[in-house]
Amino acid sequence: MSTQTTHPQTTTPPAAAEEAAALRKALASTPRPPRATPRQAAMAFGWRGMLKVKHVPEQLLDVTITPVMFVLMFTYLFGGAIADSTGEYLNYILPGVLVMSILFTTVYSGIALNTDLTKGVVDRFRSLPIWRPAPLVGALLGDTVRYLIAGTVIVVLGVALGFRPDAGIGGVLAAMALVLVFAFGLSWVFTTLGLLLRSPSAVMNAGFMGIFPLTFLSNVFVEPETLPAGLKAFVDVNPISILSTASRGLMHGNADTSDILIVLATAAALTAIFAPLTTRLYRRA
Amino acid sequence: MTTQPPLAIEATGLVKSFGETRAVDGVDLAVRSGTVYGVLGPNGAGKTTTIRMLATLLRPDEGSARVLGHDIVRDAETVRELVSLTGQLASVDEDLSGHENLVLLGLLLGLRRAAAKTRAGELLAAFGLSEAAGKLVKHYSGGMRRRLDIAASIVVTPQLMFLDEPTTGLDPRSRNQVWDIIRTLVAEGTTILLCTQYLDEADQLADRIAVIDRGTVIAEGTPAQLKASVGSGALHVRLLDPEQRPAAAQLLERDLGSVHLEPDPAGVSAPCSDADRAAEAVAELSRAGVRIGGFSLGQPSLDEVFLALTGRTAEEQTEDPAGDLHEEQAA
Repeated sequence: MSTQTTHPQTTTPPAAAEEAAALRKALASTPRPPRATPRQAAMAFGWRGMLKVKHVPEQLLDVTITPVMFVLMFTYLFGGAIADSTGEYLNYILPGVLVMSILFTTVYSGIALNTDLTKGVVDRFRSLPIWRPAPLVGALLGDTVRYLIAGTVIVVLGVALGFRPDAGIGGVLAAMALVLVFAFGLSWVFTTLGLLLRSPSAVMNAGFMGIFPLTFLSNVFVEPETLPAGLKAFVDVNPISILSTASRGLMHGNADTSDILIVLATAAALTAIFAPLTTRLYRRA
Repeated sequence: MTTQPPLAIEATGLVKSFGETRAVDGVDLAVRSGTVYGVLGPNGAGKTTTIRMLATLLRPDEGSARVLGHDIVRDAETVRELVSLTGQLASVDEDLSGHENLVLLGLLLGLRRAAAKTRAGELLAAFGLSEAAGKLVKHYSGGMRRRLDIAASIVVTPQLMFLDEPTTGLDPRSRNQVWDIIRTLVAEGTTILLCTQYLDEADQLADRIAVIDRGTVIAEGTPAQLKASVGSGALHVRLLDPEQRPAAAQLLERDLGSVHLEPDPAGVSAPCSDADRAAEAVAELSRAGVRIGGFSLGQPSLDEVFLALTGRTAEEQTEDPAGDLHEEQAA
């Protein structure tokens, strides 16, 4: 046994002493910074969402593979039957598929929030002196990046298959922005569900039970002219129809301002109702 | 804020029910600044619910509390600026790395990105986690996770820290590390409310202890007072020759009032808290020819305290290891 050490039993006392000194230093050197602004806090949570994508890239499957499937399936399945040519149908359906894919993705915001709640970290977030909606707004901002990825995949694939937007890239970007704004508003509905229901799969079931009929009973796939009167009336007022019409209009350069305003107003109304509700539920969860 | 309130926590009559269960049923607490206050009790006693009310995560049904001079309901935002919480489930994000967790908290507490990164590095080094900085927390050991959890609580030094069962499930080495961290925190002036179901943990760390059972405080005091309230200390004598035990017992009974025969046939003990009287009694035994292998003057353990206070041992209640959490999820 070594004779020069005074602690023959333990091998790491110098390290432990160093750690204790470092700990004392770490504790001493923290002047309290000014409270994070709402924007800083929300951005930090958005960054958290991005990090999760970085560590679990499989999460991106639902915003990459699923839209590709939708574009291919609907274009070639319905294209000949509905519009006589897939190229022409693609010009009609691609904005609709963009709307559908992104709105389906919003359900995952609720599922992710519900999963988060089962973990201890939410307690810490809730005990922090931050702008109350920050964790939710931040998560949805992070999700917006996911929607953007899905949208880009769809448009790029569409163009490769022959989609030709008359309004060019500017129109496509405007349509994408409109869909993202609506998706942000709609996400709040699913985050509310995410806080009310007990399990992620319950959120998934309830979410798709709502979004599926709303999406299919719209003008995403077909012009509503041939529909029975009652159904047509529903399709005409369905916000998803109006969103599809507006996106189609923006991409092809014949958008109705009133449609765009209705979409923006719907998004604002959804946010105004469900964002405070989600925030309140989150504090209590 | 130039005048520090004398009490870091002042709670009166806190009540919280979940459905039919009164998880916390009238808890009073008074915690002095700069001390460690232990809240000791078995699972399901109401410790976690109490801590969650004080940390502004739950609103009390009845009663009130002031934390660092601020009402936990009316002034919850201010309370949140001054305290930090280390929950029973590790309050860190498993899907991020240790470094990312600390940077995230730094940003949320108002640090700029560069400052948050510097702070994260500093804390990881201080808690011996530098090597694991880039690893996802889900791959951390229990001890590493706990240390990160505590580091996350001091990204900005809190005036008051809530620690909910910080060593539950840790191996003895990790437990000692956490204890050292807690001692350093207190030495630097942080007040700590420590919930624990480990009696030796409260004994080791706490300046005062509240024993909580079924939602109420059943005893309060310093560790020494608690032990004294149950009975004084005891003189334990080990005899070299078990044959001499009856004689020794007779002498001790005469000198110290009563005597207890220990399960060990060579052991005998008598209640005694005064070292001089104990030494005198031992000398008497020796003079009478009783050969003594060893003796000690000890205090009763907190296990004995709990048994004396409730009529049950702490272990008898711990069939449900997640009792506190279940209560809350039933809400």
